Amino acid sequence: MSVHIEPKRNYFLVFGALLILTALTTWVAYFDFGAWNNVVAMGIAVVKASLVVLIFMHVRHSTPLTKLVVVGALLWLVFMVVLTMNDYATRGLLGVLGK
Amino acid sequence: MPEHHQPGALAHHFETYDQQKEASNLGMWLFLVTEVMFFGGFFLAYIVYRSKFPLDFAYASHELDVTLGTTNTAVLIASSLTMAMAVRSAALAKRKAVVGFLILTMLFGGVFLGIKAHEYHTKWVHHHVPGPHFEWHGEGADPHHAEMFFNFYFGMTGLHAAHMVIGIGLLTWLCFPAWKGRFNEDYHNPVEVVGLYWHFVDIIWIFLFPLLYLIGFHMHGH
Repeated sequence: MSVHIEPKRNYFLVFGALLILTALTTWVAYFDFGAWNNVVAMGIAVVKASLVVLIFMHVRHSTPLTKLVVVGALLWLVFMVVLTMNDYATRGLLGVLGK
Repeated sequence: MPEHHQPGALAHHFETYDQQKEASNLGMWLFLVTEVMFFGGFFLAYIVYRSKFPLDFAYASHELDVTLGTTNTAVLIASSLTMAMAVRSAALAKRKAVVGFLILTMLFGGVFLGIKAHEYHTKWVHHHVPGPHFEWHGEGADPHHAEMFFNFYFGMTGLHAAHMVIGIGLLTWLCFPAWKGRFNEDYHNPVEVVGLYWHFVDIIWIFLFPLLYLIGFHMHGH
């Protein structure tokens, strides 16, 4: 495999993109889109995080095993959040017998 | 196998430098997985409470200084750039550049923590630190629910800041072997894995910033 040296230019491009996205997420927060504010804010954060993981953390060029570990971490995080909210968000939706 | 580079740089239980690199990177990633779950529990609790008290959290969030939060985000992104450049310089065996970028990364980290300390101080003065001295005079939010927001604010940014302090310690330690010219294409694993840690801490902040600072921004106008 030997080391992949990322061109300097790519690092500076990612840096620029991250700054622009930071400005964008702050600017967008001025407006009231209701529930969409969360979607936009988290969407931008996910794009920023992906840039850091793929370029700064070299996952783009890492071994399949490392990629699997990264995806696995996210998958289990999603399990934890979705299954927990599946409980909290639906409490009281159905009448419970005998309550 | 270029054994001549650094005596002792290749640990005896590895066949090649590539194998050693893969092992250390994978090991660091596995540690970061545990960190994802460590912070993940906090994020999950935040989601549960915010979905229960959305307006209270928004009003409480409005008390945070968005200008300082945005500045700190930019500072941390700059530190990630210099960290990436330090790893790159280490792989290219550019001794002085590695040390320079490590020091720059620590400086940006220090600026971040300084701004954070200033924000904490302001919150302390305004009685927004959860506990017996907590006071809430703002409209809109129930004081207990606003206090819950500040529990998350201090808990999550505090845990994040603790990681930054550890990161700065690791970067300080790296400066010595870097200065001695220990790192090259075959062996720069310590810089690489500390870089992974530093970038991970940056990613945590990328999520903390909108979740803590920006959720009440649109409510009172500007």
